[in-house]
Amino acid sequence: MTEKPKNYSRRDFLKTTGIATGALIGGGLIGGLVGLNANKTDQNVADTGNTHHEMATNQGFQFFQTQREFDVLSNATERILPKDDLGPGAIDLGVAYFIDRQLAAQYGSNTKEYMHGPFAVGAKTQGYQSRLTRASIFRQGIAKLEDEANNRFDKGFSDLEAEQMDEILTAFQNDEIAMTGVTSAFFFRLLRTATLEGAYADPMYGGNRNMEGWKMKEFPGHQMAYIDVIEKDKFQKIEPKSLGGM
Amino acid sequence: MATSLPKVDVVIVGLGWTGGIIAAECAKAGLKVIGLERGRKRGTEDYQKIHDEYRYAVRYELMQDLAKETITIRNNRKMPALPMRQLSSFLLGEGLGGSGTHWNGHTWRFYPYDFQIKTMTDAKYGPNKLSSDYLIQDWGVTYDELEPYFYKYDQTAGISGEDKNPFWGKRAQDFPTPPMKKTPILKKFEGATKSLGYSPFMLPSANLSEAYTNPDGEFINACQYCGFCERFGCEYGAKTSPEITVIPTAMKTGKFEARFHANVLEVIKSGNKVTGVKYLDTESGEEFIQEAEVVVLASYVMNNAKLLMVSNIGEQYDPETGKGTLGKNYCYQILPGATGYFEDQMNTFMGAGALGMSIDDYNADNFDHSDLDFIHGGSISITQTGFRPIETNPIQRGTPTWGAEFKKNSIYNYTRTLSVGAQGASMPHKENYLSLDSKYKDAYGVPLLQMTYNFTDQDRALHKYITEISTNIMKEMGAKTVEGKDVITDYDIVGYQTTHNTGGTIMGASPENSVVNPFLQHWDAENLFVVGAGNFPHNGGYNPTGTVAALAYKSAEGIIKYSKSGGSLV
Repeated sequence: MTEKPKNYSRRDFLKTTGIATGALIGGGLIGGLVGLNANKTDQNVADTGNTHHEMATNQGFQFFQTQREFDVLSNATERILPKDDLGPGAIDLGVAYFIDRQLAAQYGSNTKEYMHGPFAVGAKTQGYQSRLTRASIFRQGIAKLEDEANNRFDKGFSDLEAEQMDEILTAFQNDEIAMTGVTSAFFFRLLRTATLEGAYADPMYGGNRNMEGWKMKEFPGHQMAYIDVIEKDKFQKIEPKSLGGM
Repeated sequence: MATSLPKVDVVIVGLGWTGGIIAAECAKAGLKVIGLERGRKRGTEDYQKIHDEYRYAVRYELMQDLAKETITIRNNRKMPALPMRQLSSFLLGEGLGGSGTHWNGHTWRFYPYDFQIKTMTDAKYGPNKLSSDYLIQDWGVTYDELEPYFYKYDQTAGISGEDKNPFWGKRAQDFPTPPMKKTPILKKFEGATKSLGYSPFMLPSANLSEAYTNPDGEFINACQYCGFCERFGCEYGAKTSPEITVIPTAMKTGKFEARFHANVLEVIKSGNKVTGVKYLDTESGEEFIQEAEVVVLASYVMNNAKLLMVSNIGEQYDPETGKGTLGKNYCYQILPGATGYFEDQMNTFMGAGALGMSIDDYNADNFDHSDLDFIHGGSISITQTGFRPIETNPIQRGTPTWGAEFKKNSIYNYTRTLSVGAQGASMPHKENYLSLDSKYKDAYGVPLLQMTYNFTDQDRALHKYITEISTNIMKEMGAKTVEGKDVITDYDIVGYQTTHNTGGTIMGASPENSVVNPFLQHWDAENLFVVGAGNFPHNGGYNPTGTVAALAYKSAEGIIKYSKSGGSLV
């Protein structure tokens, strides 16, 4: 992993300048500096923030234009699939990068979906009826997450405590936030689904870093055959393989 | 102006299983055949990077492009119909092989009871077992008449199985290849169902247990149990599909030509015959008229019905008056079942699409319905298809759907969860039908097909009953916690259910109650054949492909006969 040396040097730099830890709670460099609060010392959350921050500076965006919206997305996905004793959360898995690439591609512009009008709000049983593409829905949803954080807590979303983020995400999930052309519940479902996709899709899409998502689930990925072991009673622990040849 | 092309013997719309079977049989008989496929050419060589859940299972790489064409949907006549904007509930095919490329390979023969359901229900339970809102009718063909065609398909596809189900229709010959491997997961089901007094057997599979050469000389490989069947093509050529069997058979004759990117817009009718089809080359933008002695509609249920509707062939069904047959008896299926959470880890990620065991004790009329408020039932199976990590996040009821607890539970349960479930039969109801949409159009300016559909009381009762049976089986299998499926309410287009849509172009013994005769020849145009699951007057308790294929073989025989003597085949 070429990122590791840089990672540590950056962390050391931040430590020596005295703005590590709380400055980076779940957020990136800009968000962290703006909302600087060096008294917060939740080590777990700070670690997550650090890792995330490093990734942010080491890779470009294909869809997002600002670090700030990318950070909001990163933190929201982390709340959906958090880091724990089983392994990495969404940020360390690179889920936000996966979503960034997907939003820049066919997924984001809905090129395989019927997008002709007229548009109407249908019954729930009739499914997705928005005129908005997924790219527009994400952009608006992320802005609304930020707005909601400011309204409720006078802070940007990325500067919130985990419980505060959860409170806002729950409000989205329960359709309590007004959005234009789409419901907040729909945006939340999209976000949740995309997070799982980014965590568990083949690493060639930019998420599931180092196949860590698969390792947690003990899914062996791209194996050619199980014909020799499928009759065995014992659970088979198999080193995973990516289509990209990782 | 459309360019007219020289007349051929047979033009086929769609090159999936039905189109492929008819192409092969007609070309072998010496007829000049052209197949029009709106999608692209594809085959085994395209599936070398197929172990990609995201691209193929989640983003539907092999399926229909809804940006070009979809359907509209409503639960009842009072609701405005809206477009199905994304695939979800069912997955329509496109490209060579159609949905026969990304099927799982479950290959059944519908029951003798299915083909004579009206007669047999009335005889056993009296004429009022179901209310007059349900439109059940006999199919105009019996199981015994279809048996040779079922066998022909078994042979072509090399189906792996064992003739150990005490209930199903008599097989003149056994399966061409032995059953697949009986894994520890399947054995759990076998033990539990046996101890409950049922009769388990290996599910008939088109994922072959051994390498096989079919009577046409096509080679099908042995399944490697890699766990990527449903929604995927097979990189081994081990899942029988049109592009490794009937299409090469048709090609070898030198009498068959496949044209791709050819989207048929209309069937041209003149008097009591059709003269050909108009199609658009979607790459060049040119329109052509392909004239033919015989036109065969072999695209999916939806498009077959739509093409007849936009071409004004047949009388549209009207739920108000009950008149008309086109679009009538649209049916789906219901999926009762139960999920069990176990303590020991299992190899749930290994598998194959049709690797499974089943019981038919609660299918068809194999159990007494006298005191039940429904007819028919479903085959109850366990299948080990290979759980994939994006879409398999099993959590028990009451667990949060995101966050720390979700993560722990979904990861723990991934290798410790099994499900048993049934394909629940679906009975036609007067309010469930297909018609043309008045508002929405496809990319070529043709109206979309409109679906008016909801689950009925019969569906809900059957679902509840089979769910209880499934729950008992799962308990017997030793699960620590068992959850039966929720009671069903309204049909919802969101969330995958099954691609077993049927009806709309139904078959029957009389033009009064059907669109096509038992050779699938249109009652109103003797040289037009309409083939597919749209022919089913109701939907049974099995996956439809085996029955669809048998009907296609019977129809091919009819087309060959018609091309010699003409006239009605009945």
